[in-house]
Amino acid sequence: MRTGIVVTICMLLVSCAGETTPRNTGVYMLLDTSGTYAEELTKAEQIIRYTLSRLDATDSFAVARIDTGSFSEKDIIAKASFDDRPSAVNRQKRVFAEQVSAFVTNVDSSPYTDITGGLLQAVEFLNEKGTGRKTILIFSDLKEDLEAGYVRDIDIELEGFEVIALNVTKLRTDNIDPREYLGRLEEWQGKVEKTGGQWRVINDLDGLEGLL
Amino acid sequence: MLSITPWPVASALLWIVLIVAALYLIRSTAHNTIQAAAHALHRSFKIASKAVSHSEKALEARNRDVLLAAGREAKERIIEREFDRINETVRKDLANYSALHRSLSESIGRIEKDHQEAVDVPPDPPGWVKAVEAVAEMDAKEGRAHIGSILSDIHKSLVKAHKEAMTAYHSASAKRHRLLRHMRPDWRQIQQTLGAVGKSVDSLLSRSVTIDRHMQEYEDIVHGQDRAVSVLSSSSLVNFFVSAFVLAIAIGGATINFSLIARPMAEMVGGTSLIGNFRTADIAALVIILVEISMGLFLMESLRITRLFPVIGALPDKTRVRMIWITFTILFLLAGVEAGLAYMREVLLHDELATSALLRGGDAAGATATGEYMWITTAAQMGMGFILPFALTFVAIPLETFVHSLRTVVGLMAISFMRGLSLMLRLLGNIFHYLGVLLKQVYDLPLFVPLWLEERFARKADDVGLERRATL
Repeated sequence: MRTGIVVTICMLLVSCAGETTPRNTGVYMLLDTSGTYAEELTKAEQIIRYTLSRLDATDSFAVARIDTGSFSEKDIIAKASFDDRPSAVNRQKRVFAEQVSAFVTNVDSSPYTDITGGLLQAVEFLNEKGTGRKTILIFSDLKEDLEAGYVRDIDIELEGFEVIALNVTKLRTDNIDPREYLGRLEEWQGKVEKTGGQWRVINDLDGLEGLL
Repeated sequence: MLSITPWPVASALLWIVLIVAALYLIRSTAHNTIQAAAHALHRSFKIASKAVSHSEKALEARNRDVLLAAGREAKERIIEREFDRINETVRKDLANYSALHRSLSESIGRIEKDHQEAVDVPPDPPGWVKAVEAVAEMDAKEGRAHIGSILSDIHKSLVKAHKEAMTAYHSASAKRHRLLRHMRPDWRQIQQTLGAVGKSVDSLLSRSVTIDRHMQEYEDIVHGQDRAVSVLSSSSLVNFFVSAFVLAIAIGGATINFSLIARPMAEMVGGTSLIGNFRTADIAALVIILVEISMGLFLMESLRITRLFPVIGALPDKTRVRMIWITFTILFLLAGVEAGLAYMREVLLHDELATSALLRGGDAAGATATGEYMWITTAAQMGMGFILPFALTFVAIPLETFVHSLRTVVGLMAISFMRGLSLMLRLLGNIFHYLGVLLKQVYDLPLFVPLWLEERFARKADDVGLERRATL
């Protein structure tokens, strides 16, 4: 009888001590600030606030801009790994929202659009945080425009990542030839799914319920 | 394959004849087999039924013993309490009986003395009697000269004597009344004292009647009378349902208490850490409530209101009192912690509302702006957080009743179950017995032709035998 109890307790302790899968969420959002797309950033702010409201303690969130060279920590506008305590989480969320708001008010548009670099930075950030669920939000028209000399022809390991393209606006040329728009979407979907990632597009920003 | 002749009908008939013949040949063996199987099943179920019935009887006896023991214990407690009350009455009211007796004696002595002093003294005979005698003598010896003046003097003397007598009489009466007035408080005191004594005696008498009744019931229980068992059983059932109802209410209270402290507990132990599949904050809140209930149990045990832990009840009084204070202090501190957590809950709620409003793009200050009467909800939450731990303390009383009555109720349920099972087994045994009889009849059904022939032959053989006997 006593041996049985000891064995049960030991098994319980071992099961508790075992490595558990993290259940938190990591979100990295890329904001396209190139050309006229910078005007869309007020919509991005809404999405960021919605995302903040959906995130909870121990989740991680970062917002970075896409500019000429986006593979850099300097492009991160705001980032937070939320505390375990609810009051601290609320404080962090408020600070985060203020930082994003300040950025949206004073944003300068960039001449080039390095989406791949931003994606690389996002993968690096989320892998470092080690969150259970990893989501990358790309708020862009998905038109990559690299400056001469920048090499971005690389495969990004996206196994376990969900990449969601938001507000993929149609360019003037897309209206003339919609194949360009569809081709862009297909190209990015191919890039993401090729390395094991999941791809989604949400253009209706009124229906963000399924975002996270 | 079944066709043994070129004609199917003939084959079928042949098969039927063969089968019937075979069945007829093994009829006796088949009957015996059916009989044996039915009998075996009948016996098995009967034995099982008897075994269950025996267990039921044993359980019933055991349950009866438990019930009587519990009833005896409860009755002993009641009688003990009644004796305590009598002891208290005697100690309080009759302990100073000697003082009471002395007071009564003194009062009576004073009354006697006053009464003797207040005796009505007859006034002295008036002095003019002698004067009248003198006048009468003068009238006879010296004639009637100077009689008028003498009578006038007599009248004066008479009036004077009357006045003096009346004055003396009034004075004596006044003194008597004064003495009687002195006696009045003594009478009242005696009346009050006797009234108090009467009440005490009446209380003792009524208590003695109650004790007599309890003693009678106790004797019934000790002798294990059926009436006592029946009363205890029904009382146990009532106790079970009432205590279960009160415990359900207590569980509701504990749930409210839990919801009050679970949210702010996340501030202390973190909001996301898990133990198994449960949040650590929830477990911590639950542990606090369980500790409060445990402290309540110990407090009630130390106060000797409940008797779930005989060890605590048997502790020396000094240790027990110390334990009362310790458990009460812990309970008080936990109640304080809960009140603080309830306040924290309100603060967190406002904080969350403000953040949500900000993230929705609204006015955070507006969302957190508290109304004029919002302090009422905060105060109510804090009050509940403070009071509920103490209220949960009283869970110990229905819990004790529930535990004690549960034993009886489970016993009664088990007895009912076993009784039903025994009946079912007996029924099954009988069903198999009659099923055996039925199967034998069903077996004989297709053999009606050979059986009819057998009967004919048997009758014929009997007739032949009778004829032979008659010839002989």
